[in-house]
Amino acid sequence: MSTIIKVENLGKSYLIGHQRERYVALRDVLANKARQVASKTKNILSGGQLIAGNEIEEFWALKDINFEVNQGDRVGIIGRNGAGKSTLLKVLSRITEPTTGRIQLKGRVASLLEVGTGFHPELSGRENIYLNGAILGMSQIEVRKKFDEIVDFAGVEKFLDTPVKRYSSGMYVRLAFAVAAHLEPEILIIDEVLAVGDAEFQKKCLGKMEDVSKNEGRTVLFVSHDMANISSLTNNAICLVNGEIAFQGNTRDTINYYLQNGLNICSIFKAEPDLNKPNFTYAAVKTSESDGVHFNGEDLEIEVEVNMPKIIEGMSVSFQIFNSRRFPVIYGYLFDVDQPILRETGRHKFKCILPKCKLYQDTYYVKLHLAESKGREKFQEIDNICEFEVKMIGKIIEWGWQKDVCIYTEDFSWELY
Amino acid sequence: MESEEFNLIIEPGRIEKNYWSDLWRYRELFYILAWRDFKVRYKQTVIGVAWSVLRPLLTMVVIVVVFSKLAKLPSEGNAPYAIMSLAGLLPWQFFSNALSESSNSLISNTNLFTKVYFPRILIPASSIVLGFVDFLITFVMLLLIMVPYQFVPSINMIFLPFFFILTFLASFGFGLLMSTLNLKYRDFRYIVPFVVQFGMYISPVAFSSSIVPEKYQLLYSLNPMVGVIDGFRWCIIGGDVPLNLTSLMISTVVILAFAWLGIRYFRKTEKMLADYA
Repeated sequence: MSTIIKVENLGKSYLIGHQRERYVALRDVLANKARQVASKTKNILSGGQLIAGNEIEEFWALKDINFEVNQGDRVGIIGRNGAGKSTLLKVLSRITEPTTGRIQLKGRVASLLEVGTGFHPELSGRENIYLNGAILGMSQIEVRKKFDEIVDFAGVEKFLDTPVKRYSSGMYVRLAFAVAAHLEPEILIIDEVLAVGDAEFQKKCLGKMEDVSKNEGRTVLFVSHDMANISSLTNNAICLVNGEIAFQGNTRDTINYYLQNGLNICSIFKAEPDLNKPNFTYAAVKTSESDGVHFNGEDLEIEVEVNMPKIIEGMSVSFQIFNSRRFPVIYGYLFDVDQPILRETGRHKFKCILPKCKLYQDTYYVKLHLAESKGREKFQEIDNICEFEVKMIGKIIEWGWQKDVCIYTEDFSWELY
Repeated sequence: MESEEFNLIIEPGRIEKNYWSDLWRYRELFYILAWRDFKVRYKQTVIGVAWSVLRPLLTMVVIVVVFSKLAKLPSEGNAPYAIMSLAGLLPWQFFSNALSESSNSLISNTNLFTKVYFPRILIPASSIVLGFVDFLITFVMLLLIMVPYQFVPSINMIFLPFFFILTFLASFGFGLLMSTLNLKYRDFRYIVPFVVQFGMYISPVAFSSSIVPEKYQLLYSLNPMVGVIDGFRWCIIGGDVPLNLTSLMISTVVILAFAWLGIRYFRKTEKMLADYA
């Protein structure tokens, strides 16, 4: 097999600004403004970039990236938000230039970083198919040849001559994906575009993707937060951490590395141990997917670490999970009377598992309580931490999952008489 | 050696050898972007394309009333004032439309070039096509206005394409420069309309450049639109007013210099555009 993509020492840096000092006095504000105008004018004349703030830092979004992709490989790219996945795709698809290193590619490259790039709301579905096709790199002859197939795949025959601004969001997405699905490049670069549309259409897209990559031998680079999609669509994967490759290998090993290193844990709470009274030093929610995304019906884990500077009897640890309307949905607790806990000084770790957590789709956050039950003394209360999002994926209902249908789902069965 | 089998190499600061031939491969996208702009231009308007006729027509009427009837400025040669002003308005309108459109083109198409690769120069280039359509409409209008005046255009008309290319280069060069600057420093959003408005008064649109005193003629032709507008008048009206070749040369040099600068600057910043957006 021949190498089709070769990336060597790739790096991309951005300049970011910070506002370090705040000015209150009018004189200082004016002096500062004058200084800013002067430095910005200097920037314009030298062709530099305008950066807000008075302190400029170089930030490496990608660093020392090296990898090779063989023809026909399907490579998944995983990592937390901000790990550099999208930047890598942007550099690979020539949207922005790297700062260091070199990429060598063979064949036509098409990138799909968004569904419906360039769709114009005023134009009809038919016109948008031609427009979008051209933007994605298809020739007009190619589009004409595949036109019926595209329309058929999207299922929008009746609305071909309606401006797309009148489309429902589902129709819009279907049409957009249909155009993209009929691209025929040697290398296809896809950013999480499959996370759109209803479940049924998602399935159809995944099927099409599998078809394209497995049966037609195309090389695919695919970014996703959904480990299920990554494992079903790719054979190799790269795990990025802070802009660097932390692991690369076959998909199974990479996903294992990713999960074992806790990279799917969402916002983590961390604090220094208190010397006088017990406190939480760590708290995290482990969701089924990365970046704090949890699929309904999967196990949810809550991890906490408590620091005990002295021995206190009768401790209790508890948590509440609130939904986005600040309504407490779940209460979990651990009391010393039920099970001896925190009877020694030092740090103690706990993990609470909520099997097949059935929270409905919404955003949730956690509130922690640390108390002593005998004297009713409350040591600590931490609110608004470990935000996570629950999605209804893999379950299909005819109308799609609407907002606020319920706050909790339950298994049920019907008997018909 | 090994790099030969790869057909695409991405490196910082790499200058592509086949930049212009690459552009040719993307010509379909160029057409389709221009077609899109044309299609959506008069959506949800009542009189539609009539706007393309109405705008230059009304400008001409105002010019004729204010400059000829009120200010009593002379026309050029023995041409009617309306024809003289429309002949000047023709290239000026193209220049100002193309400049405004292209300097806004990158900002209004950020959603495209931050998501897909294609030669970025297509965006400002295709936005000029719309100005060309307007140019043709105004040109036909000019020919129609000649009928009631019983005015026969000069044989110099055969040189019109040359002056059109000059106008195109002027607006494309400035447009490229402004589109990138506009994306990087949004101050230019306020500068460009001002330049366009201001430019109409310092260019010989509403008057003949012959009323500018002799000793300032050379200085005046540093304004690239002076040579262009004079050229258009010479082509259309012709007759007794000879073309001032020195002033044309100066304007041409200024235009070429800006076109070169615009293309160079654009190509330098092209690959970083997505980061500025």
